Amino acid sequence: MVGLKFTVLLSYIDVFALGAMWTGILCFASIAFSIVGGIPMAMAVLSRHELVRRPVAFLTWVFRGTPLLLQLYMIYFGLPKVGLYLSPITSGILGLSLHYSVYNADVIRAGIAAIDTGQHEASRSLGLSKLQTMRKVIIPQALRNVAPALGNNFIALLKESALVSIITVPELTLSAQLGISETFRPFEFYLAAGAIYYAINFLLEFGLKRVEMKAALSR
Amino acid sequence: MDYALIGRVFIYFAQAAWVTIELSFLSLCLGLTCGFVAALARLSRNPVYSLPARVYVSVFRGTPCLIQLFLIFFGGPQIGLQLDPFEAGVLGLGINIGAYMAEAIRGAILAVDRGQPEAARSLGLSKAQTMVKVVLPQAACLMVRPLGVNTIALIKGSSLVSAISVVELTYTAHRYIGSTYRPFEIFFLSALFYLLIVSVSSYFIQRLDRRFALMI
Repeated sequence: MVGLKFTVLLSYIDVFALGAMWTGILCFASIAFSIVGGIPMAMAVLSRHELVRRPVAFLTWVFRGTPLLLQLYMIYFGLPKVGLYLSPITSGILGLSLHYSVYNADVIRAGIAAIDTGQHEASRSLGLSKLQTMRKVIIPQALRNVAPALGNNFIALLKESALVSIITVPELTLSAQLGISETFRPFEFYLAAGAIYYAINFLLEFGLKRVEMKAALSR
Repeated sequence: MDYALIGRVFIYFAQAAWVTIELSFLSLCLGLTCGFVAALARLSRNPVYSLPARVYVSVFRGTPCLIQLFLIFFGGPQIGLQLDPFEAGVLGLGINIGAYMAEAIRGAILAVDRGQPEAARSLGLSKAQTMVKVVLPQAACLMVRPLGVNTIALIKGSSLVSAISVVELTYTAHRYIGSTYRPFEIFFLSALFYLLIVSVSSYFIQRLDRRFALMI
């Protein structure tokens, strides 16, 4: 290997740390919003009212069938045209959250549908309204059941978060590009960025496994 | 909605859609190849084969595809690898999706009843013959669906190569948003093509799934 000098990375540790921090914030926020967004979408798709189900199902189909990058471009370039000026990081979080809400909605929908009807019947006969049943009985169980599948989506979210660097969010990939623009050594920097993503991924998987174990215990 | 604009740029998006299709197809072939090789290597009892396969799958599934593409295209020249954007895109996407496919294939092979290869070996078939004539045909019906999911993911992942300047759908969308300032019409057109490609692919994958399901 000719001309590789990994020592240049040493002076950019702070840049990488800052980028990794933003990646972490970005992913944490997007994961949280994607769960919060996924639950109503799942319920909408399961609704008996066509006026609710059809538009949401169509939106789900569009968001699942188009690439995240295209959706990010839409949010980043399209929203200002309707007067909504969001910062890159807000656009990034919005894009990731929307995209993964749709994926999570599918998973949660399957989870809700798999809950035994006895649960519905019992809580209704105990006097809980439909909304209360959903909120307090069905959805907690469904979420616990599909925790592993949701976990996979979160890991995918972490990796796709690299795309928001293209709409100028100062996360890890952009930090690497900053270093490259000063040292002209893309191989070292992208390798380092990849290694950091791998490490974050490892931590996330570890954390998710613990959450899944807790979820499995309370079933 | 400016329909005149859509009419004017339609041909460019159609051409870009064709590039997306070519890109996806070639990466799919590379990915399936890498996937099969890695899956079989991973299943080997010889660590000389299984360890590199494990590392390959872990690294390429654990890091973003975008980083992998950037590493190959921008970092490649430093290690003597000069590829043009399309080639780098096919290589990057193929190797990346190959890691996911390796897991799907390995899972399907492991799900085939142990008695099958045992019986085949005791009937005198070699390891290779057992794999090709007994195990893989049965594993096939189990792999089609996860591989199908991976294929759709590949088609959507092909949008990443726009970042290494391959002129495909997302690149064209970015370019025309920049020159026409009409993001909604451009998104409509790009989404249309992507949904078309994804829907047609899904249809064929479902047909494949049905065909292989009969083989049990």
